[in-house]
Amino acid sequence: MTPEELKLKLTEILPTAVPEEGGEWLTLVVDVSAWKEFATQLRFNTDLAFDYLFCVTCVDWKTHFTMVYHFRSTIHQHTVVVKSKLDHINPEIETVSDIWRTAEFHEREAYDLFGVKFNNHPDLRRLFMTDDWKGWPLRKDYEDPVNMIKL
Amino acid sequence: MEQNMSNKEESTSFPGEVYPTAGGGIVVSKLDEVINWARANSLWPLVFGTSCCAIEMMSTASAKYDWSRFGFEVARATPRQADVIIIAGTIVNKMAPVLKRLYDQMADPKYVIAMGACATSGGPFFYNTYSVVKGADHVIPVDVYIAGCPPRPEALLHAMISLQEKIRSGATREQIKIQNPGH
Repeated sequence: MTPEELKLKLTEILPTAVPEEGGEWLTLVVDVSAWKEFATQLRFNTDLAFDYLFCVTCVDWKTHFTMVYHFRSTIHQHTVVVKSKLDHINPEIETVSDIWRTAEFHEREAYDLFGVKFNNHPDLRRLFMTDDWKGWPLRKDYEDPVNMIKL
Repeated sequence: MEQNMSNKEESTSFPGEVYPTAGGGIVVSKLDEVINWARANSLWPLVFGTSCCAIEMMSTASAKYDWSRFGFEVARATPRQADVIIIAGTIVNKMAPVLKRLYDQMADPKYVIAMGACATSGGPFFYNTYSVVKGADHVIPVDVYIAGCPPRPEALLHAMISLQEKIRSGATREQIKIQNPGH
């Protein structure tokens, strides 16, 4: 599908999804509560068939977090980016590791560095940092007087 | 020019003089100098690279720059057989114990080259980073430092030749330690 067709199709599935302009790929912002159902549609709707989750990232905007998911379909050769806004004090989102197995590690990474809690994740532990590490290193307000020289 | 070249020749050639006798001659030298000469001309680097400096290091090893011209060709994948470790890249807190262990596993005499800004001081990761060691010399002693981010292969070759000169003159940390056991 072309990005335009994809946009029509996806906003038909989830009318509250807001398209975002200016990116390389079609970008949609969805509400956290609609995320899991929408993700299931992305994967299992035969017209969409997004079978490849190739990037999961988090952005700290100081006022809120944004989870960013990049999907591609190896069958239809189309790509979509889905974003979801999270609360800054209590960032929580439903896991998609049961749909795309790769998300298991990607979500652990986002948890490790940003402290985003993925509900129903099978093994939400630290990935890069040591198990006894305190704090979330990639947050903008992260302080570490032992290891960090502030400029 | 000729003068310079002959000086260079003197510093890299076999240390000693031929004492003429009937039927040929005898080479007179100091054993320490012969050992240093041999060590300097056969330095086996450890295969160790932690980031982009390693790409420049690989380039230095390959045909265009070819560090084997100076006696570095036998890169070893085990510290037991290596003489020199080139810290080619960023050392993070999690890597520091690994680097220390590799250094400890190398047989004496051993030498260390800190390649590039990260290995020297943490470089671009000096400020506002929670994960980077601010200079590999916090973990193991360093003989030669190279500036650059990353340094060009020529700079690495220069550092390696400088290390050879240092070994030949008996001025590395290891050699001083052996000569002055109390210190």
